[in-house]
Amino acid sequence: MIHSLFRRTGLAVPFILAALASTPAHAGKTLDAIKQRGNIQCGVSTGVAGFSLPDSKGVWSGLDVDFCRGIAAAVLGDPNKVNFVPLNPQQRFSALQSGEVDLLARNTTWSLSRDASLGLSFTGVNYYDGQGFLVPKKLKLTSAKQLKNAEICVQSGTTNEKNLADYFRAQNIKIKPVVFEGFEASFKAFFSGRCQAYTTDISGLAGVRNKEAKNPDDYVILPEVISKEPLGPAVRRGDDEWFAIVRWTAFALIEAEEYGITKANVVSLKDSKDPNIGRLLGSTEDSGKLLGLDREWAFRAVKAVGNYGEIFARNVGPDSVLKLPRGLNNLWNKGGILYAPPIR
Amino acid sequence: MSALKHLRTWFWLILAALILWPALNWGVVHAVWTPDLEACRAARGTGACWGVIAEKHRLLLFGRYPFNEQWRPLLASLLILSALSPIAFQKLRTRRFMACGLIGVLLAASLMTGGFAGLSPVPTKLWGGLPLTLLVSLGGTLLAFPLAILLALGRRSTLPLLRSVCTTYIELIRGVPLISLLFMAAFLFPLMLPTQFRLDILPRVIFTIALFAAAYLAEVIRGGLQAVPKGQLVAAQAIGMRHWQAITYIVLPQALRAALPAMVNSFVGIFKDSSLISIVSLHELTGALSLALGGDAEWRSFYLEGYIFIAAVYWLFCFTLSAASRRLENHLNHK
Amino acid sequence: MVSILGVLLAWLGHNVLDNMRERGIRAGFDFLFDPAGFEIGEGILSYDAAQPLWRAFAMGILNTLRVAIPSIVIATLLGSLIGLGRLSTTPSLRKLCGFCVESLRNIPLLLQLLMWYFALTSLLPDASDAISPLPGVLISKGGLFLPAWSCVGGGCSWNLPHLEGFGIEGGWSLSPEYLAVLTALSLYSAVFIAEIVRGGIQSVSAGQIAAAQALGMRPLQILRHITIPLALRAIVPALTNQFLNLSKNSSLAVAVGYPELVSIANTSINQSGRAFECIVIVMAVYLTLSLITALLMNLYNARVALRGAK
Repeated sequence: MIHSLFRRTGLAVPFILAALASTPAHAGKTLDAIKQRGNIQCGVSTGVAGFSLPDSKGVWSGLDVDFCRGIAAAVLGDPNKVNFVPLNPQQRFSALQSGEVDLLARNTTWSLSRDASLGLSFTGVNYYDGQGFLVPKKLKLTSAKQLKNAEICVQSGTTNEKNLADYFRAQNIKIKPVVFEGFEASFKAFFSGRCQAYTTDISGLAGVRNKEAKNPDDYVILPEVISKEPLGPAVRRGDDEWFAIVRWTAFALIEAEEYGITKANVVSLKDSKDPNIGRLLGSTEDSGKLLGLDREWAFRAVKAVGNYGEIFARNVGPDSVLKLPRGLNNLWNKGGILYAPPIR
Repeated sequence: MSALKHLRTWFWLILAALILWPALNWGVVHAVWTPDLEACRAARGTGACWGVIAEKHRLLLFGRYPFNEQWRPLLASLLILSALSPIAFQKLRTRRFMACGLIGVLLAASLMTGGFAGLSPVPTKLWGGLPLTLLVSLGGTLLAFPLAILLALGRRSTLPLLRSVCTTYIELIRGVPLISLLFMAAFLFPLMLPTQFRLDILPRVIFTIALFAAAYLAEVIRGGLQAVPKGQLVAAQAIGMRHWQAITYIVLPQALRAALPAMVNSFVGIFKDSSLISIVSLHELTGALSLALGGDAEWRSFYLEGYIFIAAVYWLFCFTLSAASRRLENHLNHK
Repeated sequence: MVSILGVLLAWLGHNVLDNMRERGIRAGFDFLFDPAGFEIGEGILSYDAAQPLWRAFAMGILNTLRVAIPSIVIATLLGSLIGLGRLSTTPSLRKLCGFCVESLRNIPLLLQLLMWYFALTSLLPDASDAISPLPGVLISKGGLFLPAWSCVGGGCSWNLPHLEGFGIEGGWSLSPEYLAVLTALSLYSAVFIAEIVRGGIQSVSAGQIAAAQALGMRPLQILRHITIPLALRAIVPALTNQFLNLSKNSSLAVAVGYPELVSIANTSINQSGRAFECIVIVMAVYLTLSLITALLMNLYNARVALRGAK
């Protein structure tokens, strides 16, 4: 009788597996796999306001999220054919390495060690950020250099942890980091008063202050920006076609802003006489062919999520709770450093 | 003697004045029971805000599972709970427990997954709260069971190589913290499989819990095997049974019966340990708390009430099961 | 079966290497000699971010021991008291101890740890309004500060904690992370130890005690020469298991940001990307710790067993 139990339990294993496992990925080229699967697996954060955050119904929004949707629109023709995989900082690289996600758009800083030794390639930058400090107003601080002996809450597994050490070493100031596993645990501890300062990327600080603080006016962001944090999407190394698609979709969104193509006017601009616009939207030239896509790839991306400026305004800019200034993230001809190589 | 009696009265009075009365005052008398943020803020410090549970109970119990579909995780939890209920009936039928548990887990998992009979498919990353805790702990234990039996038999085997492999496995797993194994599931497991195979984090975690639980269950089963008199095996072989037949039909049933109370205790341990999967960012009961309150500046001040609620859920469950295990043990001893 | 297992392991290992090579992930333990690059909040050794990573790991191991060893001591003492309390002839004490055991052991340790941490960091006052229950002792969100006896140059003096800048400086400080882990681990293990102690004492047969009484031994003598040695024989092996559990459970400290081994490994995984190597280190350290604990306890057990047999 135990024998039969054995057999029964043995038989159950594949069933449990079948019930729980996701569909296995297709080996080989990423684009083929995506087309066959019918969606893009996009690795995002577990919840960073402005970049990738699910609402109570599980609908994701944010800059990184819109970027993934734009790529889905360009590649699959439907911005909703994205499966968002929330990843914590520790999981993100192995998730990409192992093929769990096709694309990592998880406000991840582009750095040499990550580019060179983790088996992945950054396709570009979709947000230029820098690390800063958030402090309670009542401490009356005006500079990070006053943080001598302060306890500073920081999330583990981020470049922030390292920058923090570097900055204060260079300043010859001793501080005490209090390192937390999760993003939420780190700011929760800060707001409970465990630390005198909280550090992360400035976009993150704004999000934490405006969304998580009971009274945002009780906190200030210090003027120092202690690091360069170019945040960008990354793909697995070794698939150049997919790399190019992700990179050029990002350029297309920037280019669209430069030519004034918006979500609202993209359909009417298809008949535009401007050859640049015609090339980008595929009405005069087929730019998609070179990427292995059809001619309307960029048209669909802009139609789905708008140009870079619209994405920015909606998620982190004036139309969002973060209200971040464009700053470096403006077009090159408007005082920023966003510069897309020509699409031709 | 009467002096001692006075002492006792005083002891309870002081205890009541120092702890029970303030606790009652805070938890019941001055508590706010409705999800009314203003009232909760006003009562802060003097009374508990149970309104936070009323406001957030869906997120606490079911995590991010789509709101309109939450009858499914509710039903799934009830299924698993009813699958566990035979343990309370004092019958020492290991087989029946296992069969019930398996059916419960499979039904619950397929109900949660959906994709048939008009149920919309829900990806595992949206699962959370109580059903996830129940699925991971019961699913992990059931998966562990066959491996545990093999390990326990292997450790008592006369073949030195087999014995040392089983012993090494058991001691290795018991020597490292579960969290290091969970990290392995999160970081390394994807690298161990060929690229074509891809497993969600949830099944990876369930497998890891199963591998972990197997080592502990194996020791419990080994204890049960030791309780079976040697004569049973000899007698079985004497009537012409082969060795494996004697083991499967004679020795194992008795061993499992003897080990059942201890196995229920192991299950309680796994149930508590399943809270660790919140560290690899799965939102089971413990993780759901941060999901529900961490991101909400308004309600975050009432974390304490959330903790108490979750602790009460765990307590109720573990206490009931431990009591059942004790009853089974008594039943066994008086047989 | 063994050969199947061997083939399976070889296949998994082959896949790991294959996948790593294919994706250009570097492997090996050489990264331990690179500069760590991150600071650690507390520890026994002097350490800064420029030191090699292995030193950060050493800090982590020492921090694990720093919380595990005191927890073992507190849990054993407290557990023995609760265990004896459950055998007390006073019903109120018995019930109280029973209540402690039943309430603590049925709630996951992780949840208890998070609750203690929450209590310490949210309910205590800011450093500027620290509570001072005794002169020189300060309690606040920044932790517990005690006076320290420090010798600088020729003279020795009491170094008293005092408010300076944002927080409290001087003295001997224990962070809230440390205190939360210490409290949660000690209490959780204590109730399990209490049950072991109770069971151990109950296992001493009434006949033994009656015999001792018949020989004219006084109650204290009976306790010292009969009950304790006999009970210890039953207690020590089970206690060993609890100590092993406690040291493994200290890994949960990662959840509240106490920089012990798992937390350091976790940070290192992110900084270096060497997940495999870091997890191997963690496992190896815990296995070694388990072996050492088991070894020490077995030695003690041998002594106890001998004394009981004498």
